[in-house]
Amino acid sequence: MSNLTALPIILPLIAGIIMAFIHKKTTIVRRLSQVFTVFNLLVVGGIFLYVLQNGAIILETGDWAAPYGIILVGDLLSMTLVLTSNLVATACVFYAPKSLSKEQEAFYFYSFFFMLIAGVSGAFLTGDLFNLFVFFEVLLMASYGLIVLGNGKAQLRESIKYVLINLFSSMLFVTTIAFLYSVVGTVNMAQVAERVQEVEQQGILTTIAIMFFFVFATKAAVFPLYYWLPRPYISPNPVVSALFGALLTKVGIYSILRIFTLIFNQDVQLTHTLFIYLAALTMIFGVVGALSTNNIKLVVAYNIIPAVGFMLMGIGIFTEVSVSGTIYYLVHDMIIKGALFLLVGAVAYVAGTSDLRKMSGLIHHYPVLGWLFFIASLVLAGIPPFSGFIGKLLLLRGGLAEEEILIVIVGLVTSLLILFSMIRIFIRGFWGEKTEIPLPEREHKGKMMAWPIGLLLTFSVLLGVGAEWFYPSIESISKYLMDPQLYIDSVLKE
Amino acid sequence: MEIIMAILAGILFTTGIYNLLQKQLLRIVIGTGLISHGAHLFILTMGELKTGAPPILSEGVEKYTDPLPQALILTSIVISFGVTSLLLVLAYRTSKINGTDNMEQMRGTDYE
Repeated sequence: MSNLTALPIILPLIAGIIMAFIHKKTTIVRRLSQVFTVFNLLVVGGIFLYVLQNGAIILETGDWAAPYGIILVGDLLSMTLVLTSNLVATACVFYAPKSLSKEQEAFYFYSFFFMLIAGVSGAFLTGDLFNLFVFFEVLLMASYGLIVLGNGKAQLRESIKYVLINLFSSMLFVTTIAFLYSVVGTVNMAQVAERVQEVEQQGILTTIAIMFFFVFATKAAVFPLYYWLPRPYISPNPVVSALFGALLTKVGIYSILRIFTLIFNQDVQLTHTLFIYLAALTMIFGVVGALSTNNIKLVVAYNIIPAVGFMLMGIGIFTEVSVSGTIYYLVHDMIIKGALFLLVGAVAYVAGTSDLRKMSGLIHHYPVLGWLFFIASLVLAGIPPFSGFIGKLLLLRGGLAEEEILIVIVGLVTSLLILFSMIRIFIRGFWGEKTEIPLPEREHKGKMMAWPIGLLLTFSVLLGVGAEWFYPSIESISKYLMDPQLYIDSVLKE
Repeated sequence: MEIIMAILAGILFTTGIYNLLQKQLLRIVIGTGLISHGAHLFILTMGELKTGAPPILSEGVEKYTDPLPQALILTSIVISFGVTSLLLVLAYRTSKINGTDNMEQMRGTDYE
């Protein structure tokens, strides 16, 4: 049964290779990719259910016993995130034919897409720090391919910045792993955790912890390191933006969550307090960015940043409630960011511009898109009964219990400003004077784009309304994370 | 020996970062190359440097080199090789399409 863990990585990898060979037959590739993604989603769903009932499954590749070989750990947290990312991928693959041009589709879009999914799943599943780096590189390589797709002037200019910052942080990642290896003599996460516990995380290990945080904070766009994010994220096609916004920063947050609950959990006073301050600054600066612009794509891209702040806040407060808030928010944010990027992509497509000042009265022509956008705004801002509310409620409750009043106030104000930044688009873009339909030839395609978005939003609403069904498993994940011994025992089998 | 290697890696990092902060695109690419060399040397150094001992552990062998850093460095070299070649092509295309290789002139505006 343990071989199941490898399937979420291997299946997309095989699909990506097949699509690379037949990339010119656009219609076949398109249909095949859709079938394959749905199939993959079903397989991952099956594995998720299995893990939910029977607990974590661990694959020791090549039958090398745990601390020596390469291991894949499919615990409930990993599988939840893999399932969510596959859900977003499914929506994206159905949206792609409407949004991409024929040339872009033929130019290996689906290959890169599947490689990205393989990399993201691998990063979630691996139980080994060096392999985390390798899977980061797999997903980054695929993202480099996706970000240059289209070959525009601005796009190339932004992608070079994106590649450079990621390359630099990857190199730093390797260096940090080398540091850690010289201190603890292993890269297996469970064994690292065990050894760090034994020496009670002395000074040098805390330094290494901060270096790890620096690396993942660059990927996840935490406060001083977020400046690279918004522009590269809006320059490619909306489908690519949605994949990036939904998956890439979340891999960074997942890594912080994993490493700072499992390995570096001794010197909480220093590291986790730092997280709380950085989380507050991340929220403020992100939302100010979202308010500062009239470009609707940029508003959504900036809205990634406060969400990262919220998730980091849960890790910083470091109680069972707040960590379960982070996990809930992680799942919620993957879905809603995917939906929002697809939505603004559709809006910009039908309006022919992404400048908010040039559009008005779109709801008369596109009522479905309009109301989807309205619901998505409420979900993002955390209005009850939607999923954002549950996540924020848990985070704020965790914050109040630990008497971190400042961060709670910042969080609440930020939520309000997020709502304002989104509703501004709704009021100015969808309401307002009814005008002639801009670009009538795009009407049919624009309306078709609503389907995949509707799918994602349905799940998002379900996650909020059905919180009672999901909360027990989220709570059990959080309990599991707060007791690192469980992870260590399940991997090292002692 | 480790000290000398660590200093060398440090020098590579310094020169790499100096080049990374330049305006010319090609220099930036060279800077990333230097940084990755520094990182690779660093991994090797961190696994302790020994001479005259193969990375093999079997019964009766007392002196051996740690094989893990060598495996890690190999993976890392392959990855950075791939990324550097991609970066070179990307830099070439970018400078050709944008008509400049000066990063100062590649800032961009809100609406494009």
